[in-house]
Amino acid sequence: MICDRFGIKIEKQLHTTLWGSLSVPFLSVFLAFLLEGIFLFFAGYDPLEVYGVLFKGAFGTKFGLSETLVTAIPLILTGLGVSVAFRMGLWNIGGEGQLYMGAFAASWVALSYPDAPTYILQPAMFMAGFLAGAFWGLLPAIPRALRGVNETLTTLMLNYVAIFWVGYLVYGPWRGPQSFNFPITEEFSKAAVLPHLGNTRIHAGILIALAAVVIVYFLMKHTVWGYEIRVAGESKQAANYAGISVVRNILLVMMISGGLCGLAGYCEVSGIFRRLQHTISPGYGYTAIIVAWLAKLNPWAIVAVAFLFGGFLAGGYSLQATGLPSATVTMLQGVILFFVLAGEILTHYRFRFYRKGGLKA
Amino acid sequence: MSISLITAVLAAAITAGTPILYASLGELITERAGILNLGVEGMMLVGAVTGFMVTVQTGNHWLGFCAGMFFGGLVALIHAILTVTLRANQVVSGLALTMFGTGFSGYLGQKMIGIPLESPFRAFNLLGLGKIPFIGTVFFQQDALVYLSYLLVPLCWYFLFRTNAGLNLRAVGEHPGAADAAGLNVALLRYLAVFVGGVLSGAGGAYLSLAYSPSWVQNMTAGRGWIAVALVIFAMWNPLKAIVGAYLFGGIEALGFRLQAVGITISPFFLKMLPYLFTIFVLVLVTSGRNAGAPAALGLPYEREER
Repeated sequence: MICDRFGIKIEKQLHTTLWGSLSVPFLSVFLAFLLEGIFLFFAGYDPLEVYGVLFKGAFGTKFGLSETLVTAIPLILTGLGVSVAFRMGLWNIGGEGQLYMGAFAASWVALSYPDAPTYILQPAMFMAGFLAGAFWGLLPAIPRALRGVNETLTTLMLNYVAIFWVGYLVYGPWRGPQSFNFPITEEFSKAAVLPHLGNTRIHAGILIALAAVVIVYFLMKHTVWGYEIRVAGESKQAANYAGISVVRNILLVMMISGGLCGLAGYCEVSGIFRRLQHTISPGYGYTAIIVAWLAKLNPWAIVAVAFLFGGFLAGGYSLQATGLPSATVTMLQGVILFFVLAGEILTHYRFRFYRKGGLKA
Repeated sequence: MSISLITAVLAAAITAGTPILYASLGELITERAGILNLGVEGMMLVGAVTGFMVTVQTGNHWLGFCAGMFFGGLVALIHAILTVTLRANQVVSGLALTMFGTGFSGYLGQKMIGIPLESPFRAFNLLGLGKIPFIGTVFFQQDALVYLSYLLVPLCWYFLFRTNAGLNLRAVGEHPGAADAAGLNVALLRYLAVFVGGVLSGAGGAYLSLAYSPSWVQNMTAGRGWIAVALVIFAMWNPLKAIVGAYLFGGIEALGFRLQAVGITISPFFLKMLPYLFTIFVLVLVTSGRNAGAPAALGLPYEREER
């Protein structure tokens, strides 16, 4: 232990207190803001003003709040998606690509059947989005399950492939005739657009996201299958011993994980853009990782954390008025995750300070 | 394909492979000490932007390159603190580092976008070797950083497999408990390995912004950091094999550009997919059951109490 010399001992704690597991996420976010504030101060900005703009842009106005909610939708779905995989110890960092594939498939349905009525089109787009995302999750799951190929790298590589695929379509064969050379497809028919709340941008995707939360919670906590997943996530040996098929569960989990991310893509094209374009996500699939980790993979907590991060992203756009690039928010996300990781030591370990004479609690 | 086209593609393969080579050598050393650092992409971006800024300020590209290495190593230390001292999850910490590096470089480079670099690293004929037909044209009409990487590969190999320090480093990655019992400072060695990994990733990033395409573009690494991580598996944690892999990937990138020049009409989007698809293909191919050559304690935190 390198701390020995300094008179601090880090010991494993057998019990994690409720207080500890609740306070750590909040404290991490607070400390991340504090550190970034110090950084901003030395960079010549007024941190209070910057955070003021950020929070006002996120939660302070009716428009800001609706933008926060709208941004939370894909974050809930992708956060839920990656959390399902994390639960089994599978590092799905391909949420971004799965989102793009879901958006692609949903758009394909919408553009192919412009005359179909809503009650056929929407379920079809929903299914297409889910299946395409599931397929994109299944691709890296097969070599993972059969040969142990590192899924962290393969899921990530497939993000680039999916984004280039959508790029190919919107710059090439799918470019709309009335797009004025912009890389966008034709606008969807009215039936292919999710209904909105009044004249806000808040769309029915929020109901899909919340339904997904309930279903995932039920699957994970109240079914035998959810129990199997958790066992397999804790110990592969234990799973094998209990007769749980690890191979089958890897495939299933990655399909559900990818499918949920695919649904986020469907919600974005159907609820927000009403067409397919090259940039449909500012990295939701990556932010999802922090959302899931900060929420400790708990579906209900994911909703709360997604709302908070939806606020950061929505507020990030208004930051540009102060001269800060939106990359500042990406940086903040990284710092928050650093603190969350560091904070975990407080829940699993405790510090003991001692002098040369011996241990002193 | 004509012979001149082949030499042009091969020479371009080396240029394109060099940033990946630097980064994967760094990751290789880090992983040999038992620490997985998925923050390569972020460290490369920090190296690229800081290297570029210092070169613009001072006009000296060597100073810029050193700055890129230094700051790459500096941000790597965050990973070391989290994973070695605080025993955090190495996968998540690496992802956080990538996210932080992406944001931090985007923030720093905001005012650097569109500035041309007056004094990039330029290709020159090394000791007249460039006049050798074919081999000279491919290998010895490159820039100074490419020549440096030629030296670095055998140096890394020698360090890891022929020196005491290298043996100690590998011991820490294979069996930290035994290494600890033998009196090695596990934490210190792991800190050093992570730092060196960051330094070399920073070098790879700085190569991009100072030699490969002398400019700063947000996210200019475009996934090369991840390819570098994959390359370590491909190379079976051996520096000599890493050079083959890096040039193979470089070749695929270079081929994409050249195919367009020859008039083969494939959408550029498909050509851009190639390195990523190839990486997946290679990963599936080289992984068989257990990862051959992987350090036994890779990714596991070390706790003396649980030895």
